[in-house]
Amino acid sequence: ELRPLPVCLFFKECEQQAFLVHLERFSISPEMATQEVQPNETLSNLKAESDTLKTKLEDERAKLHDVELHQVAEKVDGLGQFIMKTRRTLKGHGNKVLCMDWCKDKRRIVSSSQDGKVIVWDAFTTNKEHAVTMPCTWVMACAYAPSGCAVACGGLDNKCSVYPLSLDKNENLAAKKKSVAMHTNYLSACSFTNSDMQILTSSGDGTCALWDVESGQLLQSFHGHAADVLCLDLAPSETGNTFISGGCDKKANVWDMRSGQCIQSFETHESDINSVRYYPSGDAFASGSDDATCRLYDLRADREVAIYSKESIIFGASSVDFSLSGRLLFGGYNDYTINVWDVLKGTRVSILFGHENRVSALRVSPDGTAFCSGSWDHTLRVWA
Amino acid sequence: MTISTLTRGGAQREQQHCLRKMERVIIAMQDPDIGLKMRNQRLLITVIPHAMTGNDIMEWLIQKYNITDEEAGHLGGLLVQYGYIYPLKEPRSLILRSDDSPYRFQTPYFWTSSRWPASELDYAIYLAKKNIRKQGELVDYEKQNYNLLHKRINHTWDFVVMQAREQIRASKQRRKADRIVLECQEQAYWLVNKPCPGAFDVFDLGPERCNVLNSRVILNSSLLFFLLRISSVPNNSLSSHFLLSLSCVCSFMKFCDQYHQHDPIMSGCLPSNPWISDDTTHWTINTDLVGTPTRLRVERWSFSFMELLNDCLGRREFMTYLEKEFSGENLCFWEACEDLRHGESSKIILKVEEVYKTFLSPGAARWVNIDSKTMERTLEGIKQPHRFVMDDAQMHIYFLMKKDSYPRYLKSDLYKNMLSKAIVPQETKKSVFPFMRRQRHSSPSPAMVSQATEDNEPKYL
Repeated sequence: ELRPLPVCLFFKECEQQAFLVHLERFSISPEMATQEVQPNETLSNLKAESDTLKTKLEDERAKLHDVELHQVAEKVDGLGQFIMKTRRTLKGHGNKVLCMDWCKDKRRIVSSSQDGKVIVWDAFTTNKEHAVTMPCTWVMACAYAPSGCAVACGGLDNKCSVYPLSLDKNENLAAKKKSVAMHTNYLSACSFTNSDMQILTSSGDGTCALWDVESGQLLQSFHGHAADVLCLDLAPSETGNTFISGGCDKKANVWDMRSGQCIQSFETHESDINSVRYYPSGDAFASGSDDATCRLYDLRADREVAIYSKESIIFGASSVDFSLSGRLLFGGYNDYTINVWDVLKGTRVSILFGHENRVSALRVSPDGTAFCSGSWDHTLRVWA
Repeated sequence: MTISTLTRGGAQREQQHCLRKMERVIIAMQDPDIGLKMRNQRLLITVIPHAMTGNDIMEWLIQKYNITDEEAGHLGGLLVQYGYIYPLKEPRSLILRSDDSPYRFQTPYFWTSSRWPASELDYAIYLAKKNIRKQGELVDYEKQNYNLLHKRINHTWDFVVMQAREQIRASKQRRKADRIVLECQEQAYWLVNKPCPGAFDVFDLGPERCNVLNSRVILNSSLLFFLLRISSVPNNSLSSHFLLSLSCVCSFMKFCDQYHQHDPIMSGCLPSNPWISDDTTHWTINTDLVGTPTRLRVERWSFSFMELLNDCLGRREFMTYLEKEFSGENLCFWEACEDLRHGESSKIILKVEEVYKTFLSPGAARWVNIDSKTMERTLEGIKQPHRFVMDDAQMHIYFLMKKDSYPRYLKSDLYKNMLSKAIVPQETKKSVFPFMRRQRHSSPSPAMVSQATEDNEPKYL
């Protein structure tokens, strides 16, 4: 029997709002749920209570016969021999490649590295088209604008800056740089939303934020992670209003862009979540973590539905992405390899060798014809 | 409810998981029943006990984890790089050779995780020992380190030298085999913890994480809602939960199946994958506003309304259809709302005014038909215009198009003609001379294209 919980709440306004809205759905009065903390309730008491609740939840869940994805997928045809090779190697960075993003034209790429260099390539010809040197090292985030006319990047400078791409060889790209986002710790990821005018960022300061590019104004901030936020991804949904983030607190959160509220949260990983990516339909997402597993979470069923792991995989997954149909999940790992998973069956289809150091970034191209991996071995590879 | 008690960051935090897992593998390898069979290995004239060959290690990994040679070699290589296994022959080369080269397990005392971070004093003693034992034994970077340490901890140098001598004296009293083993262990430890510059460094990690910690108690809402929900539902709702679970899982299979043919990595692409054949035809026949689209592309418009709208060509076709039905203003309104939502903050007021004038005001040129309640709410909201003021109206029109116009479009002659005219490219036969690489042509940069055209179009996509 569950009594009204004496929950200890030190949250911010926005979280409290979200909580109250949800309580309303279950016809529970706020007074009942938000009792004041009793003076004798210590942290250890509360932790013990939390653990008891968690066990009770697991017991209840077990009774519900949640269906596992791989069980239902037993009748699906298996995948045959899988061969993917490196088709292009992009050499030019003088140090670890940390991040990369595709242009909507399906062949251009922007990449950033530890030494502050941001390079735009035509990956098909392997030519470098633009290069910028940032004033900071460890440029951990970079993104291509939807129009293909600008790139955004940032890292240890705690900022996200936008560089319009000029084709005038004499023009110094750094001169036109526009400082957009300001965080209080390193920038871990950034992404343009549906246009060149807005950028979503995540930071080591534990928050995500939405910015207006033209004015640099903060449009919305997202609080809820208890530690560094390491990654984010925008939903491909119809109403285009949500995004997911993953952090060092082992949580993956789903956010409403308009209100700033965290609408769903998942905590099943055992370590930092380095990468999150939506399933192409927008109904689920995958995550890659330092605990050496990748997991699939269903947003409508509100739970984890698959774990992609193998005993022989010891190092963390740094970056994940789906193939166009969502059948394959590509994971770049810290042991220099790329593992390819059958999303439905939960088995590993292939392991790709080639990089000589950690794989730090991995993205499938916009038309799904290839994927690109960036590594600490200073190179990027395009595989098909 | 979850209570976060995260510990401060640091190199140790990041490596914890990997090292623990590697140690589990190492322990399994040494298990008396299922582990490796160790035996005496001959090293020059000495016999070293409890050693194994590189080949043994490979075989064991292949068998235990059911993996290929390549993967076993890679995994074994990592175990050596991280110092859990060390080579007896050529100790400075920390790689796994899959032949009969002898290897040994590192003693837990010298595990990377046990003695972290490596002590400067210990390192000084180690270098001093090497220096004393044999002049010229130290290699360049070790000599440099030695000199640096000599300067830095000069005040304890006597102690360092004394310790070094004492350890050398003690080791002389051991059996030769033991002495060699201990020397190898120690050397292996230092090769991992103080590597040669340019060599693999275990401690080469990213920026520190968890610098800012929120040690507040956080309510995990998701957990709580679920608990509240299941505690208050009657029993027959359990089956509805199961059905939801089943339908969710089935939808993934359906989606993968539907898009299977459209996934170039799964099914290839016609005429060929540009990255493999160096032929960009696939891209040229699929440009945004190509004259005749491919069949796959037109088929995809029927998968969902979003697919149709996301494709410029599809959207243009849909617009043509709507105008025939005199409801083109719906799509225009939707596009204007998207532009408002994703545009610059500075243009919001202007755009809201435009939208109102064109679509919502009484007698507007392209008046959209939304229900009175939504209209009321929207008109009220316009008094204080903001980015999301049109959201309700936009959603209403979107679903109107999706539920009504879209299905009819798919049944229309316009769509059917498009489908029948659509091309199915021939698959390119593999080249007769595969060694001749095609010229890879560059394409105009989107940045250039944009600079050349007049920028009257709104920049949404």
